[in-house]
Amino acid sequence: MGPAGTMRRETPGTAAGVAELLRACADEGSAVRIEGAGTKPWGRPGADCAVALRTGALDAIVEHNAGDLTAVLQPGVSLRVLGETLAAGGQMLALDPPLGAGGAATVGGLIASADSGPLRHRYGAPRDLVLGVTAALSDGTLAHAGGKVIKNVAGYDLAKLFAGSFGTLGVIVEVAVRLHPRPPAQATATATTDDPARLELLASGLAHSALELQSLDVRWEAQAGTVLARFGGVAAADQAAAARRLLVELGAEAAVVEDDEALWAAQRAGQRSAEGGAVVRVSGRPTRLAAACVAAQVAGATLVGRAGLGVSWIALPAAPPGDLVTSIARVRKVLAPSPCVVLDAPAYVRTHLDPWDHPDDGALALMRRVKARFDPTATCNPAVFVGGI
Amino acid sequence: MTSLPATGAHDAAAPLHPALIERMVAVCGREHVYTDADQLRTYESDGLLQYKVTAGVVVLPATTAEVRGVVRACWAAGVPWVARGAGSGLSGGALPVEQGVLVVLTRMRDVLEVDLPNQRIVVQPGVTNTEVSVAVGPDHFYPPDPSSQIVCSIGGNVAENSGGAHCFKYGFTTNYVTGLEVVLADGDVVTLGGKELDHPGYDLLGAFVGSEGTLGICTSVTLRVIPLPETIKTMVAFFDTTAAAGEVVSEIVSGGVIPGAIEMMDNLTIQAAEKAVGAGFPTDVGAALIIELDGSLDECEACFDDVVQICERNGSLSIRIARDDADRALIWRTRKAAFAAMGRLAPNYFVQDGVIPRTKLPEVLARIAELSESYGMRVANVFHAGDGNLHPLVLYDGEPEAERAEELAGAIVEACVDAGGSITGEHGVGVDKKRYMPRMFEEPDLAAFQMLRCAFDPRGLANPGKVMPTPRLCGEVPGPYRRHPLERDGIAERF
Repeated sequence: MGPAGTMRRETPGTAAGVAELLRACADEGSAVRIEGAGTKPWGRPGADCAVALRTGALDAIVEHNAGDLTAVLQPGVSLRVLGETLAAGGQMLALDPPLGAGGAATVGGLIASADSGPLRHRYGAPRDLVLGVTAALSDGTLAHAGGKVIKNVAGYDLAKLFAGSFGTLGVIVEVAVRLHPRPPAQATATATTDDPARLELLASGLAHSALELQSLDVRWEAQAGTVLARFGGVAAADQAAAARRLLVELGAEAAVVEDDEALWAAQRAGQRSAEGGAVVRVSGRPTRLAAACVAAQVAGATLVGRAGLGVSWIALPAAPPGDLVTSIARVRKVLAPSPCVVLDAPAYVRTHLDPWDHPDDGALALMRRVKARFDPTATCNPAVFVGGI
Repeated sequence: MTSLPATGAHDAAAPLHPALIERMVAVCGREHVYTDADQLRTYESDGLLQYKVTAGVVVLPATTAEVRGVVRACWAAGVPWVARGAGSGLSGGALPVEQGVLVVLTRMRDVLEVDLPNQRIVVQPGVTNTEVSVAVGPDHFYPPDPSSQIVCSIGGNVAENSGGAHCFKYGFTTNYVTGLEVVLADGDVVTLGGKELDHPGYDLLGAFVGSEGTLGICTSVTLRVIPLPETIKTMVAFFDTTAAAGEVVSEIVSGGVIPGAIEMMDNLTIQAAEKAVGAGFPTDVGAALIIELDGSLDECEACFDDVVQICERNGSLSIRIARDDADRALIWRTRKAAFAAMGRLAPNYFVQDGVIPRTKLPEVLARIAELSESYGMRVANVFHAGDGNLHPLVLYDGEPEAERAEELAGAIVEACVDAGGSITGEHGVGVDKKRYMPRMFEEPDLAAFQMLRCAFDPRGLANPGKVMPTPRLCGEVPGPYRRHPLERDGIAERF
């Protein structure tokens, strides 16, 4: 990205305005940097862009169909405002990334980056909750796929293609999402251990039990591990007590925490780094959790993880950028072949290593063909994504 | 802009070149290449019997390498092909192309790996849906459960993004596929995802699942499986009207309970299913609502009484609570027999697969009743009530009535779209519903679909004539000059 001062800022107020802007930029050969609230400066630093397009003026909750548990949203809606609006009706969009409820993150940025939080264990990632999408493409058209009903197989599922595409295929100008009832009560069972292998075993015991978990997380910090199992529902406390019993049977000292919000806020926060640090997202497996904890410890980092899903975030403390590059390379080497994607990191780091790790060659070739079809002029967020897409 | 030869280049009237058939024989072995008219006829329809097309050759590859060999030969010859699993689909999605190649994957039926510590299973595409749950049992299961699960294949489930009765709570095929090995139309083999989530790059898994065989052939599928719930409580409540039963669905869901399954059958469906299964459902009621709560014992017990009260408050005539596993199985057998049982009410039927926002249920059911009356044809309704997926069955008697029955079925689909829904919830577009696609999608939407298709299959050889309402060609991608594979192979020239 070029110096911010040289970019022309545009904040279109309509979907058609976004499409027109993209077409005009494509025609004149100008690249467009696409952003929501700018809370996730991830990926490769990208190419110089003449225009910075922000979605902030597209901030309407277009529909909230409470009886159908669906909503239609513009991309600039903040997760905080959305959460408050839906909570009034006892509902939620079951995506709880960092900087969501308590920050500035937007719906569009969340979906374009496929970020997620602890609720993913039960409800899935953005891809799993997006029912339909309307995107502005660089040819100036507005393309719509999917629908606003929770079950629909008509046409290609472009909503999933756009989820996690980092704005490289076009600009999401509207999404339809599935909502869920807010659990009437929540409670968490926790246990601690200073042995990574035991932490993996405790998490595995919970993941393989018939307990209906809302979230199953682990934390590894300062040579100590915690497993956290959260339950939601009218009988949340009973379920947490059952999880505690299971943890005790597995030989752990365990407790139930009913006022548990702070525990989970800390889990979300662990997915982001302090200024000057870096975060590596490890696409691992549940059976490699102990290895990920050890890798974090060796790097002097903390780890939070979705233990049942195998995805972990290793947060490296602030250090000179060259040292971060070395640390990240070591983490990747130890955890290979698990893909290790660098999220937060100084631009130097994101320039001196590939934040996207190594996708399968065949898959990458196919991804390039997808990009070439949707954005043949490379107008949208050029060079930020895998393989320099 | 140069257009590549696509389906238009294929001559449906001319028999396949003997050299192509010999190539198939070399790849798969003579006993796995069918060319006799009688053999070809066996494969002329999928589960939707009103469409029949005879393929030029049917091949049954047994390995990824053989699939690749078949597809590469088709690419070189410019011949379209259709992949097919068990052939139980209900949209004509696996209907052969005239004088094309039909690639039948039923010989690829090995469970390649069961990795319960990571809650994954890796299977070949011909493994049936039921076999997956059996392979990970008794403590885990694979939630998507189409009614045809005993016969339908995972490859077909991936192509169609199959659902089933339990997907309102648990999600669809697409929520469980974490990895695929795919043979593309040019014969390249790509790996998408794996056992891990969040592989870097575009979510091509998400794009591929539900693409109805138009983007390639999956030759290996990695699926997520989950622990069986601690408890399952199943009941059937009977009501005077479907409207009353529909109100119960709304109250349960808006009260914060997500049942494992919630299925409605109307009077005609109950009559047919009861004749077939004899589960003891009353045949003089307006609606049966099967409600299944599953999950934690504490949670289910806390919610079950609420659900019973909601039923009673809305005038339930009687409630039958499954006594044991056998009784539960009997209730489900009644529901899953609904389609097959229609033969007891009428010689033929068309099944529809529309989806509506759940709150529109009363008005759409009223519209269906109106249409049924004005056409003078009976329509039985069975549906996944939680997610608003309707399966109206238009009953008719033989060829003379077929055209009007189809017209009525079409009017029902349009009513679903008008209510803000979809033309298909789980059966797919195939050939049967492609004419309705313009009701849901405008030209720029269809053009975007074509962009995806062209990225995967620039020559349009994979299952052409399905999904898209009209045939389309792929233009060359503008930009720096690159030799197209067709030029490289000497098949096409630039003008």
